[in-house]
Amino acid sequence: MANTSLSGQQDSFRVGSLLTDERSRGIVLQLLVLLGVALFVAFIVSNTIANLQNAGLASGYGFLDDTAFFDINQKLIDYSSQSTFGRALVVGFLNTILVSALGIITATLIGFIGGVLRLSDNWIVSRMVTAWVEFTRNVPVLLQIIFWWAILTGLPKVRDSIALGDAAFLNNRGLRMPAPILESGMEWVIAAFVIAVIAAIAVSRWARKRQEATGQTFPTGWTALGLIIGLPLVVYLILGQPLDWDLPERTRFNFRGGFNITPELIALWFALATYTGAFISEIVRSGIMAVSRGQSEAAFALGLRKNQTMRMIVIPQALRVIIPPLTSQYLNLTKNSSLAIAIGYQDLVSIGGTILNQSGQALEVVGIWMAVYLSLSLATSAYMNWYNKRIALVER
Amino acid sequence: MDQPQPFHRNPADMLPERAPPITATGPIGWLRANLFSNWVNTLLTLVALYILWLAIPSFIDWAFLSADITGEDRFACTSDGACWAWLDQRIGQFLYGFYPSDQTWRINVAVVLLIPALAPWLIDNVPGQRWLRWFSVVYPILATWLLVGGWFGILEEVTTDNLGGFALNLTVGLAGIVLSLPVGIILALGRQSRLPLIRWFSIGFIEAVRGVPLITLLFVSNIILPIFLPPDVALDSVIRVIVMVTAFASAYMAEVIRGGLQAIPKGQYEAASAMGLGYWQSMRLIILPQALKISIPGIVNTFIGLFKDTTLVIVIGLFDILGIANAMVSNPDWLGLSSETYVFVALFFFVVCFSMSRYSMRLERKLDTDRR
Repeated sequence: MANTSLSGQQDSFRVGSLLTDERSRGIVLQLLVLLGVALFVAFIVSNTIANLQNAGLASGYGFLDDTAFFDINQKLIDYSSQSTFGRALVVGFLNTILVSALGIITATLIGFIGGVLRLSDNWIVSRMVTAWVEFTRNVPVLLQIIFWWAILTGLPKVRDSIALGDAAFLNNRGLRMPAPILESGMEWVIAAFVIAVIAAIAVSRWARKRQEATGQTFPTGWTALGLIIGLPLVVYLILGQPLDWDLPERTRFNFRGGFNITPELIALWFALATYTGAFISEIVRSGIMAVSRGQSEAAFALGLRKNQTMRMIVIPQALRVIIPPLTSQYLNLTKNSSLAIAIGYQDLVSIGGTILNQSGQALEVVGIWMAVYLSLSLATSAYMNWYNKRIALVER
Repeated sequence: MDQPQPFHRNPADMLPERAPPITATGPIGWLRANLFSNWVNTLLTLVALYILWLAIPSFIDWAFLSADITGEDRFACTSDGACWAWLDQRIGQFLYGFYPSDQTWRINVAVVLLIPALAPWLIDNVPGQRWLRWFSVVYPILATWLLVGGWFGILEEVTTDNLGGFALNLTVGLAGIVLSLPVGIILALGRQSRLPLIRWFSIGFIEAVRGVPLITLLFVSNIILPIFLPPDVALDSVIRVIVMVTAFASAYMAEVIRGGLQAIPKGQYEAASAMGLGYWQSMRLIILPQALKISIPGIVNTFIGLFKDTTLVIVIGLFDILGIANAMVSNPDWLGLSSETYVFVALFFFVVCFSMSRYSMRLERKLDTDRR
């Protein structure tokens, strides 16, 4: 042997060196973990098979085609008690998406207004908003959902509905509102709206390019506002106002016409929006405070006005700090919407629970829940990573 | 001659210094600067004052001045204000659930003993800090014994389904807090590990748990665990909840601590290995003390979230303080007292969570000055 001195250690293999050598120790440790996990999984699987056999349950997703035999009062697509479990789950999923989307929009508005007001010079306003944020953040959201629901269902009965104007009525069955009736021609108004949005984006791009090249500014905001409101309005007027309202009408026991928003939806929406809004306002506040004061001072020195400084210097830099935690708040809101089950809003988890009780297919239903929420959150985190990469500071 | 004279001002010619105008100092100046600096601010101030004027007197009137305090049921409450008559009868349930009323002193003792168990960690320079730390290690066992009893025959055994009310929130919350920190640290280290299998398992666990709502995990504990376990094994429902809440919180904790770990400069790791410290030594002595210090705000936020999440146990049929409140609101004797009940419950959570967040802010400021 030529290189005994080097390979000597390997030639004289000792069991002890498996633990002292760093590399082999790593491998041994990993094998042990793998073994442990494998044993654990085997234990669970064998128990599951035995338990399912004892209970006489077939596993698999075939039950999704069975008739549901239960009603859902809040639905975005056609559904009756003769529909299948699968369709019921879709209805539930859409309800989750509905309340999440409503909540996200409202929470963002509340959060941005709250965050800006907390930073306001106005002593009394900033104190009031701080008190509200602290109270809302430190009380469980489930309690808030149930509280608002109790308030709403404690409203007067249908007969004594509270009239808001002549068009909307508030009672213990929810809020009855006028329903829009789209007459022929309305599709053109909607098309005009879409075109206006596209045109506004194009104008703002062109204006930005021109400003970067020549320094000339362009009133983008007013132009966009004018386009987005003006164009559909003009089309709407030209076509002879093709929109009508189906007003709710009081009958003896209920209302005819209009459409009803259930107290469950309002309570869940309101509670989620205010709870998440309180968190978002903290995020917005810390995001704006994270932009160093030198930035706005430099902008003032360049002669920018206060709102220009805010719009062109502070907010773009603050957004870099705000967006990542903001997306995770959106995700939290979506996940918190599953608390709907406590007040009977029929979202994915609540309908899944009903199906689980009726069919006994616990593993499958839980599997569907996990798959839906996991894919939502993985999609969100994929977006967040992409966004972070795009706006990350490029230093040198 | 025209010799330039040095400029000289006679002090007697100078105007005497005047006090700033009354409108710029004192209360008036403060008002002008903070409340009425321009017309937007003035408008905001007026709106805010109007809201306060609407809200505060009517709330005080409702909650205290015209409230009914005594009575057998809600029909004894005849005034317009709040009805607090239920407090007298039900406060025991709100605090202790269905715990036998001659045994509730055990819960009180456990809560009082919490003070010496927490003190050495929260306050610097408590007398006898070392001994108190040992006490806080023993505390979880002691508290479990106090709550459940029956080990040495000294205390009567009380099954956990009697545990409820705020005591249940505290039990689940504290157990979750105590357990999720070490589990979170291990997961965070696992996620940073060089060993691929350990890293993948950690990432898989963290992402899977963070991706789903806690409520589905609680359903899993209630419905799926019995399927996963042999038929003769029956886990106590409070223990199942604690396990699930811990698993949930530790995944979030792991991400918070990972942030702290990533903020430690690489030089610290390298210096630790250069000193000849092994992995665990360098983590224990060099990396984790710094990483945990940075992550304190996030850790406390996770604790607060965990504590608020203890209310979710109502969906699997346990009666925590919110569950008791729900039950009371639908009880015919006290039907419709929802505002009173839920405001009362909210106060409990607010006090606990708000003090936690204030404490973490204080700690943050203290640690921040340490560094300079």
